[in-house]
Amino acid sequence: MNRIKQLFASKKNILSIYYTAGYPNTGDTIQIAEALEKSGADMLEIGFPYSDPVADGPVIQASSKKSLDQGMNLKLLFEQLKDLRTSVTIPVLLMGYVNPVLQFGVENFCKACAEVGVDGCIVPDLPMVEYEEFYKECFEEHNLSNVFLITPQTAEERIHKIDGLTNGFIYLLSSSATTGKNLEVGNTTEAYFSRIKNLNLKNPTMIGFGISDKQTFDKACSYANGAIIGTAFVKAIDNGNIEESVSEFMKKFKS
Amino acid sequence: MKYKVNEKGYYGDFGGAYIPEMLYPNVEELRQNYLRIIDDAGFQKEFHQLMKDYVGRPSPLYLANRLSERYGANIFLKREDLNHTGAHKINNTIGQILLAEKLGKKRIIAETGAGQHGVATATVCALRNLECVIYMGEVDIERQAPNVARMKMLGAKVVPASSGSKTLKDATNEAMRDWINNPVDTHYIIGSVVGPHPYPDMVAIFQSIISEETKKQLMAQTGSDQPDYVLACVGGGSNAMGMFYHFMDDENVKLIAVEAAGKGVSSGFSAATTYLGKEGVLHGSRSILMQTPDGQVVEPHSVSAGLDYPGIGPQHAHLFKTGRGKYVSITDEESLDAGLLLTQLEGIIPAIESAHALAYLEKMEFKGGENVVVCLSGRGDKDLDTYIKYFKL
Ligand SMILES: Cc1ncc(COP(=O)(O)O)c(C=O)c1O
Repeated sequence: MNRIKQLFASKKNILSIYYTAGYPNTGDTIQIAEALEKSGADMLEIGFPYSDPVADGPVIQASSKKSLDQGMNLKLLFEQLKDLRTSVTIPVLLMGYVNPVLQFGVENFCKACAEVGVDGCIVPDLPMVEYEEFYKECFEEHNLSNVFLITPQTAEERIHKIDGLTNGFIYLLSSSATTGKNLEVGNTTEAYFSRIKNLNLKNPTMIGFGISDKQTFDKACSYANGAIIGTAFVKAIDNGNIEESVSEFMKKFKS
Repeated sequence: MKYKVNEKGYYGDFGGAYIPEMLYPNVEELRQNYLRIIDDAGFQKEFHQLMKDYVGRPSPLYLANRLSERYGANIFLKREDLNHTGAHKINNTIGQILLAEKLGKKRIIAETGAGQHGVATATVCALRNLECVIYMGEVDIERQAPNVARMKMLGAKVVPASSGSKTLKDATNEAMRDWINNPVDTHYIIGSVVGPHPYPDMVAIFQSIISEETKKQLMAQTGSDQPDYVLACVGGGSNAMGMFYHFMDDENVKLIAVEAAGKGVSSGFSAATTYLGKEGVLHGSRSILMQTPDGQVVEPHSVSAGLDYPGIGPQHAHLFKTGRGKYVSITDEESLDAGLLLTQLEGIIPAIESAHALAYLEKMEFKGGENVVVCLSGRGDKDLDTYIKYFKL
């Protein structure tokens, strides 16, 4: 059983943190992972930066740009993650856009993920049909979960199709939005979350986009297996001592 | 039909719809409906009526005598510069606004480089009373100021894109982000044959009126609807695709697509995509794009804002890869010189984009008497500042 399945089987209210690899400094990738695990994160999503991140808001755009300007790329990231599993035990996913993966080579990418102990991927602009036709076999061969997104506009039939195609968790966007928008749980959002809950999907769900504090996190957890925090965390570590800013940030969610 | 899109949304190895889930419902709605709506008799009637009475079509096919004399071939100019708003872009925006109405959309967004597509979009929004937001790179806002003023006067909101190279690619990113954040009532009028399927096909269909007319006009003027050469400039590739469309299956007609070499293909300041690019994914489709070995998109450069784009539409990538089209490039200076030449020989000031296609005539060798059609995609009013500075007029 892979680490993602194990986590969902054993725990509720899962807190997953997204951060951009190589940000604020190129060498910070592993240190942030270790600090997050130490301060109670349940799962990590490490973003590999792309020059044209269309699904991202200003904060993650800026972190991606800085990381790229400082020389981050997939090859370097896999080198940094070489000893990941000597110090990090929680599930780790890589998140990014499809073009860098294509240029790295899908086969090479999957192999490198498996070698360093990455458990899954989130590639928002990789369509389901392409995944099924060209990627799925390779992902499964390397025991990688591929996580798909759904939004309030995703049709039920499509949700079931996604549920059938994935084997980690489903990423519920609180609304159709670029990253960094604040979550406002109004009646329509609640109705959407409840609707998804009642579909009894085989995969667990995580709510993401716009979770920024304990209150929004708890709210999200009442509808799903947990929640993902990205922009708020990236903002919190943009300067100062990594270990301190990580533990400071995580305290808010662990009280 | 071998160069057209297949049922999966691909042209050979290129195309598809590489979009995040947030865009899926909108793109899928388009995919399921675009052919049905476009083929509808009522839609066709309204589209052609507007093309005639509002845009001023058919645009003339003009045999440019002094240019012909210079090159020793019959040079025909397809006068898209005479369209209302001054470029071919209006063919597509009229088509898409009618389609957006049929889909019940209330708000229109678009990206623009030279500002021609932004103006053409703002124009049809004024015409049909729809809200209009245009994304434009900060650099382009500066170098195409007259078009920014026109868009504002037409009632559009012009939003500066300040990321990346602050040009067309970045404006496109911002428009896509807007669409993600407004998933229900908004239609995105993409301005070229780029983007996820069905955009490249849909835009090509609307622009295909260029070659449809050209064939009839050639038949009337030369007794044959088959020229020897057809030339057009390529940014994303919409005027070129419109110009090539009805000639693609006439294998004896040579198709020449002219990209922007900028300061030279090896200068590091270029937009010659097929020369510098590799296969990859940008703005929702698999095509050819300028990128680093790690798949980061490279910032392009061209004096012409409309060609300052690091990719080309997937159908162009297919024409390039199969060898059906010949893809060449022209530098900033060569294009400006060609623009001045046309002005002085024929009394027509071309857009710098279109001047790239004209400049390639200098590099061709003619036996004499060949029929050559050049798509004069737009007029040069927007570029006067650049011309004046360059020639110190
Ligand atoms: C006059 C003119 N020609 C050509 C282009 C390039 O676009 P495309 O390659 O889609 O025709 C533009 C774009 O703004 C333009 O304004």
